[in-house]
Amino acid sequence: MKSNPTPPRWVHWLLRQLHPENTLEEVAGDLDELYAHWHTRAGKTQATLRYVLNVVSVLPPFVRRRKQAKQQYEHYSPLHPAMIRNYLKIAWRNLTKNKIYSFINISGLATGMAVTIMIGLWVYDELSFDRQTKHYDRIAQLWQFVTFDVEKTSYNSLPIPLAQELRSKYPDFDLVSLASFDRTAVLASGENRFTKTGNYVESDFLPMMSVKMLVGTYRGLTDVNSILLSASTAKTLFGTADPLNKLIKLDNKVNVRVTGIYEDFPQNSSFKATLFLAPWRLLMAINENAKGQQDQWDSNGFPIYVQLKNGVSADQASARIKDIRMKRENPPPYKPEFFLHPMAKWHLYSDFKNGVNTGGLIQFVWLFGIIGVFVLLLACINFMNLSTARSEKRAKEVGIRKAVGSLRGQLISQFFAESLLVTGLAFVLALVLVQLSLPLFNTIADKHVQILWFSPIFWLIGLGFTLLTGLIAASYPALYLSSFQPIKVLKGTIRMGRLAAIPRKVLVVFQFAVSITLIIGTIIVLRQIEFAKDRPVGYSRNRLIEVRINTPELVGRYNPLRTDLLNTGAVANMSESDKSLTADYGGTTDISWPGKTPDMHPLIISNLVTHDFGKTIDWQLTAGRDFSRAYTTDSSAMILNESALKLMGLTRPLGTLIKQSGREYRVIGIVKDIINGNPFEAIQPSFFVIDYRNVNIITLKLAPQVATSQALEKVAEVFKQYNPAAPFEYTFVDDEYGKKFGKETRIGNLAMIFAAFAIFISCLGIFGLASFIAEQRTKEIGVRKVLGASVMNLWGLLSRDFIVLVLISIGIATPIAWYLLNNWLQHYTYRTTIAWWVFALTGAGTLLLTLLTVSFQSVRAALTDPVKSLRSE
Amino acid sequence: MRRTYLGEFEEVVLLMVAILDGEGYGVTVSQALEEHTGRVVTFGTVHNTLIRLEEKGFVNSELGGATAERGGRRKRLFRVTALGSRALQEIQQLRQELWQLVPPHSLQLGGV
Repeated sequence: MKSNPTPPRWVHWLLRQLHPENTLEEVAGDLDELYAHWHTRAGKTQATLRYVLNVVSVLPPFVRRRKQAKQQYEHYSPLHPAMIRNYLKIAWRNLTKNKIYSFINISGLATGMAVTIMIGLWVYDELSFDRQTKHYDRIAQLWQFVTFDVEKTSYNSLPIPLAQELRSKYPDFDLVSLASFDRTAVLASGENRFTKTGNYVESDFLPMMSVKMLVGTYRGLTDVNSILLSASTAKTLFGTADPLNKLIKLDNKVNVRVTGIYEDFPQNSSFKATLFLAPWRLLMAINENAKGQQDQWDSNGFPIYVQLKNGVSADQASARIKDIRMKRENPPPYKPEFFLHPMAKWHLYSDFKNGVNTGGLIQFVWLFGIIGVFVLLLACINFMNLSTARSEKRAKEVGIRKAVGSLRGQLISQFFAESLLVTGLAFVLALVLVQLSLPLFNTIADKHVQILWFSPIFWLIGLGFTLLTGLIAASYPALYLSSFQPIKVLKGTIRMGRLAAIPRKVLVVFQFAVSITLIIGTIIVLRQIEFAKDRPVGYSRNRLIEVRINTPELVGRYNPLRTDLLNTGAVANMSESDKSLTADYGGTTDISWPGKTPDMHPLIISNLVTHDFGKTIDWQLTAGRDFSRAYTTDSSAMILNESALKLMGLTRPLGTLIKQSGREYRVIGIVKDIINGNPFEAIQPSFFVIDYRNVNIITLKLAPQVATSQALEKVAEVFKQYNPAAPFEYTFVDDEYGKKFGKETRIGNLAMIFAAFAIFISCLGIFGLASFIAEQRTKEIGVRKVLGASVMNLWGLLSRDFIVLVLISIGIATPIAWYLLNNWLQHYTYRTTIAWWVFALTGAGTLLLTLLTVSFQSVRAALTDPVKSLRSE
Repeated sequence: MRRTYLGEFEEVVLLMVAILDGEGYGVTVSQALEEHTGRVVTFGTVHNTLIRLEEKGFVNSELGGATAERGGRRKRLFRVTALGSRALQEIQQLRQELWQLVPPHSLQLGGV
């Protein structure tokens, strides 16, 4: 019999590769037999063709798979409830067995999650600002760019007639309302008197800002002498009584009727401090200054809010209204350009520089957002590092489990279950931590943030993240370790090479680089704040208080009030001025001096003060003299600050005549710059002139020999006599001055907290790693000790690796931190330098901390009796 | 219709296994099918049908001894089970009964 013809080998190969294994033998045999049959019947070509066709017919997806014969023991699926219970039980036992390790893992991860949740909530709060307004995307505020010198400055105060112009001639707007900015007013109902901030608005304001009326309607502002109260104001003023139609005396000047109650604006609204709403016409009736500006196109004093028609964008409307003023007669030299600032940008994008929006709070949203992500990343890195490090120890466990019949799927599930249990516990702990620390966080950040217990998005993100971290961290042990062959693991031939540790080292370096950057950042932010706080203010803030002239009773009674106050012995000096020492508004461009060129229109701050102002605040004259009652000519005398002198470029300033608003003043003195505005910025040029009529603020210097509380009591008595209609309210100038650092201090404090967490988490991480490595090298240490190594030697041996890693981190973090902070400091005109010692100190501190953390483990390992560690061999 | 449904092709293959009486495996079933019904089908069809019949319990199988002509590969030999033979008999009986009910004239040639 001749040898059987054989089918083409490649087809046969294909069959072997793809056909199900358990039927391969009989099918291959059958097909061979068929091939031989076809070969004899129809020839080689036909046989080959048929063979190919029939092989294809038994390849997937055509072939039906033969089910495995039933096995003696039924296998549970790895996800059988009984198995899941078992995984969790084993996971729990593992956690409780290694208490320190579990503690590090869970607390580290929980801290990271908690920090991130808090930052997330903060970011959410910032982003949700003003969004409760119904027509959020159609509301805008009018702003203008003006050009005093070269640069464009931006203002949100506008001329009153502009509102009418927009209403009558521009069809882009649905609603237009003038407003007054929040003003303080004394609201009195019988004996109840409270100072509250509120706004004078036109009726369009109510529907525009979706004011929610609890009592009354939007028509409540029609009558001049009416007022709407926020629910909280109504409660403080009237308690449980029905406030509707009650009379309130406003600033002891005018009686107004309560025509409605509205729900307080939420905390994350631009109008959160608007506690009452009064008709615009009321302001016109009671405020001479505002009334005088009614038809003035060049007096810029009030905000204007608009609601755009559907389909009109803020940019389009801005383009149309830009040149309203310049097209009218007598355009002012500062060339106003009007534009709309949409509500969506009020809170986060409020800064303008030279006519361009430069962001604002949004930078901090980004900054903290990024920090949050990093902190979380640090915590996750810890978790992963520790899990992978631990898991190498568990190779033996895998071997034994496999030897007694564990399936790979079960081992994978086991590792995942352990990891998910840890992340799940961490998430719960994180929520508890957040709930506990939110009050503190809210104080520091000046917020009212809450956990979004009922937001599905919050839970989705939180749980999704927990799941993801758990799965990623467990993927190495689950997928890699479970693939080990039991015989090799149990024989001990599997060795994790040096390479296995490299990803771990990279992650440690990353962790420390981030932590060090944060620490350096914090130190420099705090130094910048200190630097500005140490800046000479030009007067003495000590024991200086300010009282607002809030009712007509205090006007025009300067001398008797002063005498009575001085007579109490509690007051060292008293003066009045047009604005607070900590405010820097009220500039003028209507000023000229010898040598002024026609193209100069600088804004100079005007200060109206009484004779005693200088002595009260203790300013420092650098030339000339202070105002004095001895010279009657001082009614037209002027004192300049150094910045003004510099701006004007006067070589012999004393005696120079300066023209301001049509009057001539003679310069009698120069004072050192006084910081009224932003302590981080250049000081504005200012002048001081005598004025007893247009004053709003009483400044008192408390006598140094009387205790502050006693002095305040005596002062309060005097004010009660003069001004019985208003509560005595005062502010300490140094408190107010301190508030100027509020934003920076908040950032500094938050950054400090985040940096502390970052370094804490990183140290937890190396603590865990060090303990793991010390454990792994127990035998080596034993052998070394037997051969004569000293404790110092061993300590160095175990610590060296970590020190090298931290040194690398310092090398990476230093330039990054320098670059970032240098950029940040550029925002400030008055700024500190980045000192090298900050980097050195941070580096040294981190090294020390690392050494301490690692030493705890390495010294313990080095002190172990070698007899114990070597006994098992 | 109370027990597992037996398709037309399945029925034919099952009959072939019965005809071959213990000698039925992939090759012989295919060849018998071609010889007795003239149908030429791919080997995969036969293979799949045999597996399906076994899953339904109409046939059982075991691997036979190795023979030299197939490169030493064993055959999987199929045999009809009691369930299979009962299914075949029931089908036949049902057909018979149905034939009885057909009126003689309705199937006359040309009646179509």
